Amino acid sequence: MPTLPADTPDFFHRGPSPAARLVFFALLSIALMFLDTRFRYLEQVRQVVGVALYPVQRAMTLPGQAAASVAAYFASKRELAAENDALKARLAEVGAAAQGVATTRSENERLKALLDIRTRFGGAALAVQVLYTGRDAFTQKLVVDKGRDAGVAPGAAVVDADGIVGQVTRVFPYMAEVTLVTDKDHVIPVKIERGGARGVMAGSGAGRAPELRFMPPSADVRVGDLLVTSGLDGTYPPGLAVARVAAVERDTGQIFARIALAPVAGVDRSEQLLVLGPSAELPARPEEPASAEGEKKAGRSRLRRGG
Amino acid sequence: MAIRIPQFSPADPNEVLRPVKGWFVAATLLAALALNLLPLSGYALTLRPDFLALAILYWCIQAPRHVGVGVAWLMGLAMDVGDATLFGQHALAYAVLAYAAEYFRRRVLRFPLWQQAAQVAVLLAFCAALVLLVRVVGGAPLPRWTYFAPALVGALLWPPLSVLLQLPQRPVRTSASL
Repeated sequence: MPTLPADTPDFFHRGPSPAARLVFFALLSIALMFLDTRFRYLEQVRQVVGVALYPVQRAMTLPGQAAASVAAYFASKRELAAENDALKARLAEVGAAAQGVATTRSENERLKALLDIRTRFGGAALAVQVLYTGRDAFTQKLVVDKGRDAGVAPGAAVVDADGIVGQVTRVFPYMAEVTLVTDKDHVIPVKIERGGARGVMAGSGAGRAPELRFMPPSADVRVGDLLVTSGLDGTYPPGLAVARVAAVERDTGQIFARIALAPVAGVDRSEQLLVLGPSAELPARPEEPASAEGEKKAGRSRLRRGG
Repeated sequence: MAIRIPQFSPADPNEVLRPVKGWFVAATLLAALALNLLPLSGYALTLRPDFLALAILYWCIQAPRHVGVGVAWLMGLAMDVGDATLFGQHALAYAVLAYAAEYFRRRVLRFPLWQQAAQVAVLLAFCAALVLLVRVVGGAPLPRWTYFAPALVGALLWPPLSVLLQLPQRPVRTSASL
């Protein structure tokens, strides 16, 4: 019986075997992940694919918008009247407060001029709409409908009517990605409004309360205290509401108290957001002594990125 | 007058299907990608199946000459950008999924659709577990158990999806031939 020679040509030429392809693409993916996390070389690729995907993403927001507009069309007269009354009441409330703000602001301006303090936040802001919330189960991000084209810059603070929502972390030509304050890698320098004690708030991921870190057990923190941005990072303008203290657990055996927070902004609800303009440059940091230079620099740059 | 009649039942094992058209595969993959980009929230987001993984699985099993590891990998890259996630995590997961589908395809095809669905659930859960592994190694917090809910929902969608995607390949049955 004749045996086939070893170099018999294939009936069908199919290229490399699936296993070989799998190994090739798996190695490529791992290399990509490594490059993405360690060096951030791939932002250009991401930008290009992002622009190509943009029409699809926009198209997929249309059904939801259509459903919302149909629902709005059929909203009953009574609902509209009730909403109108509520809005009027809110307007009166806000109007009264706003008058106070105008006088306070002018007074503040004069005092600041006297003290020669820089105005850190000019008030330029851009209204954006949430396109969709992040689908990644591991991070807390959302995508908004304005990008570099509209002047959104990476690092800009994002707020809603009640307080800080997060920070712009990646900018595409027509969209921007916002990392929420509840993200595990997000840190904001805050201070307690009541006593002025400073601290940092760190997110803990989906479904977990953010924490106020590095506060000694003896710190003056009470449940219900409001935390505002301290502005020390040069990213968030000072004085914006961030969170309220939800629970304080003091264990003298531990170095730090465990303080759970609840964000005041509708971090996972708000649809309309405001991207704040860049805050004014902080004065340059004084020179560090040469010996501690390397260590200090690493710590500082981490803080500056806002986590 | 011959009228084309669509058949809403799984194909008979003896039925000879027509070859898959390349544009149809591409269109369904694009549609699946678009479905994955639907802006959802709340329960819908928790239960949202990975349509793209399902489509890749389906075509790797039914038409391995059209969709293989390479196409799956490219779709995964698109998904990574759309989801704003780590670059390469979906690409890796989909490439492995495509390989597993090619490896198991003859076995899967022997079973009726509802039994195929059980095997699909395992494959989708494996795909999700791979993403979980990559992210946890990268320092992400562990998600809640609902992380694996989409794999089950995807498996439930497998039988109707199979019938739907098979329609264009069914031999034309007209009213004249009845």
